[in-house]
Amino acid sequence: MTEFLQQLINGLSLGSIYALIALGYTMVYGVLKFINFAHGDVYMVGAFAGYYLAPWVWKVIPAGQDTTRFSWSSSAGAFAVLLLSMAVCAVLGILIEKLVYRPLRKRPRLTVLITAIGVSIFLENFGQYLFGADPKSFPEILPDRAIEGLGDLTVMVNQSVVLVVTLILLVALHFIVMRTKMGTAMRALAYNPAAASLMGINNDVIISFTFGLGSALAAAAGILNAINYPSIDPLMGILPGIKAFVAAVLGGIGNLQGAVLGGILLGVLETLVVGYVSPMYRDAIAFAVLIAILLFKPNGLLGRVESEKV
Amino acid sequence: MASLVEKEAGMSPLLEINDCTVAFGGLKAVSELNLSIHQGELMGLIGPNGAGKTTAFNLITGVYRPTDGEIRFDGRSIVGRRPYQITARGIARTFQNIRLFASLSVFDNVRAACNMHLRHGISHALWRGDAFAQEEKAVEDRVMELLEIFHLDHLCNAPSTGLPYGDQRRLEIVRALATRPKLLLLDEPAAGMNPTEKQELVRLIRFTQEKFKLAVLLVEHDMRVVMGICERIAVLDYGMKIAEGTPEEIRNNRKVIEAYLGE
Amino acid sequence: MNRPKTWLLVFVALIWAASWFQGAINPYYFDILITIGINIVLGVSLNLVNGYTGQFSLGHAGFMAVGAYVSAAMTIFLCPRWLAACGGGSTAESALFLGALVAGGFGAALAGLAVGVPSLRLKGDYLAIVTLGFGEIIRVMVQNTEAVGGSRGLSIPARETGLFTTYLAAALAVYVVVSLVHSTYGRGFLMVRDDEVAAEAMGINTTKYKVMAFVVGAFFAGIAGGLYAHFKQFIHPEGFGFLRSVDIVVIVILGGMGNTPGVILAAILLTILPEGLRALAALEALPVWLRGMIQNRMILYSLLLIGLMLTRPQGLFSGGGKWLRWWKRRQA
Repeated sequence: MTEFLQQLINGLSLGSIYALIALGYTMVYGVLKFINFAHGDVYMVGAFAGYYLAPWVWKVIPAGQDTTRFSWSSSAGAFAVLLLSMAVCAVLGILIEKLVYRPLRKRPRLTVLITAIGVSIFLENFGQYLFGADPKSFPEILPDRAIEGLGDLTVMVNQSVVLVVTLILLVALHFIVMRTKMGTAMRALAYNPAAASLMGINNDVIISFTFGLGSALAAAAGILNAINYPSIDPLMGILPGIKAFVAAVLGGIGNLQGAVLGGILLGVLETLVVGYVSPMYRDAIAFAVLIAILLFKPNGLLGRVESEKV
Repeated sequence: MASLVEKEAGMSPLLEINDCTVAFGGLKAVSELNLSIHQGELMGLIGPNGAGKTTAFNLITGVYRPTDGEIRFDGRSIVGRRPYQITARGIARTFQNIRLFASLSVFDNVRAACNMHLRHGISHALWRGDAFAQEEKAVEDRVMELLEIFHLDHLCNAPSTGLPYGDQRRLEIVRALATRPKLLLLDEPAAGMNPTEKQELVRLIRFTQEKFKLAVLLVEHDMRVVMGICERIAVLDYGMKIAEGTPEEIRNNRKVIEAYLGE
Repeated sequence: MNRPKTWLLVFVALIWAASWFQGAINPYYFDILITIGINIVLGVSLNLVNGYTGQFSLGHAGFMAVGAYVSAAMTIFLCPRWLAACGGGSTAESALFLGALVAGGFGAALAGLAVGVPSLRLKGDYLAIVTLGFGEIIRVMVQNTEAVGGSRGLSIPARETGLFTTYLAAALAVYVVVSLVHSTYGRGFLMVRDDEVAAEAMGINTTKYKVMAFVVGAFFAGIAGGLYAHFKQFIHPEGFGFLRSVDIVVIVILGGMGNTPGVILAAILLTILPEGLRALAALEALPVWLRGMIQNRMILYSLLLIGLMLTRPQGLFSGGGKWLRWWKRRQA
């Protein structure tokens, strides 16, 4: 039982990462109806942004570097790293959309898809050129130790940080999408772009905003993952990116709650398969899920049914 | 009229729709529709916007499956058949929003529709023997013949989507005819045409029906077109058939007038 | 006798004659020549799926892996026994190699069937990711099969792949794809690409054509895999990953989707290009940052992809017909 609980907790923290990335896929799909293939690589850039920003942050908050024990300054430092790399990626996401996807808005979907693959390959390989192909070790921005008093259960502080921060981000996202003007416009655009622009919504601004928001969440996922698994490299975004896409499809693409649900489910499932079946199938499981869901419930768990107009 | 003679002789209709319903979620796009078309008949299907005319087309051609009811064509049920199988049975259609094959020329659009009737398959296409060459030649001749009948032969190498609107509509009809149908479904063929073009279209439909001995089901907005050529007209409103009869009967039907003008 | 078949025979005779001299070719150029041939097979076969039929597949490397492993397993486990049984000899050896290649092709075709059937309902982006997933699943399965070396890779004892077999495969791939597309029968591929709903309404069984495109495409990818395995003499599951699939996709897109001559040109160009880049990167005169960037050819490929999509989505070599007509006019 303890082991199962342990797996479940590990699965939840992995699932949170997938959920954060999946949100970006689903939001962009919502407004533009295309899969931003390069999204997983934005997650990678997020982790690297944190890697390069942490020393700068510590110049401002020198005490933040001391991670032997918990302190306000180490938390503040970690928080600053998180926010800054989210900002960097938001800008990156907006730039990618503006430079590459916007000119292709009226083109066939295949053209956009190929371009997105191109952007993805570019980020991966330019990353290899810029950061070097070898894995780098993400700095310790928070003290990493087990939470005491849980018996046989080992829960690392960082794992709980992942869960808490994810929860906060989800609440914030929910607020933005449901309560702010931007969020309302975003939903309107997802529902009917033509009508939205007739209602005086500037679609370009909203699409930029959506890209920024999604990319920021991916960056957060990158940082949160790196504090648990500090080895980062320029190709690290490929698999989580694809898996998060699977999570978005699992939950029903275009549906925010679905993305979170799908991410958590996939994370837990993957951890259980690795724990109880074989670690060799770690990467195959997501694809098996994808194929199964597309065959039996192509609109995902919470998705809407759409049919082509003839 | 031929169809009336047939009906009197008790011949079974070519197409028979019995109590068909199509529901999307809770919305019934077509409900309990009954419709029958006889060999060689020219029938019209009219109704206000959103009445379910195109849904009825999609129902007949297998794009949608009826939630309930039965459709028989040529004596056999076609419910649950895929669209290509229904085309093979002898129902061809045109589309309201023209759907030509954009990357194929005018000639190839028609040639492609002959695909179904080829006897030779993949091995012949690879071997390219005499039998294959003969069949290809036969198809080419037939396509050219069809294009000549409809005065599109001089455009045969032009890209299909570059044609003027009226020609595109005509090409869609030619393409549908290339599948050798017994029943031709025309979905708003006069949409976007000017009066002269419409007159030409009426002539064309009549000519086609007589030349190829077809039954035709015509969905159309333009009353003058429908009243001008249809022997029988069915009227849909809110997915239900509210009237059926000769153009004269329909013109004077109270329900129809209400549906069109509102109460 | 008709023209396409004549061309095929003439070409096969030519490469047969040329293959007599393959021993005289500098090993470096020989390597490039074979790689070009294999890339032509891969590009042309993927073009049937992605280009002519409009089904965007990102899993071609998976089919290549199946072909490579099936044919390698034949060579390693079955061929020695059969050779011993029939008394050996170089003719028997060549025949067995061809047999292994074809077996690899059929193995891959079977995998293509397995991918094609469930993928039918999917379009565009979804299909791309599902085929990518299938490719990865194949890779993971190979990795977990100890009999063929698992994650350690597999060594093939003999270097059987030569000029003749490679270009025979290339010629056949081109012939099959062009023949299919240029018959009334095969035009179903183009109809499926242009408009599936209209294609069905014209009596085209779109399912059949999609599966056929996948199966034929996979068959040749499998052949290419076999050629690759018996040329490099070492195969590894990592060598058939997503990036390899992208390599092939780049060939198709650069050449122009649904443009076979363009794809052949692109296969040649993209095989030579890395060699040229390597030479360029060695130039001392260039600034260090540029040399570093040139060393990673994928940076250039990705920029090429993006740039093409923005400016010439029809590919680099479209409009070939126009030039041909211009040239013919000049001759006349």
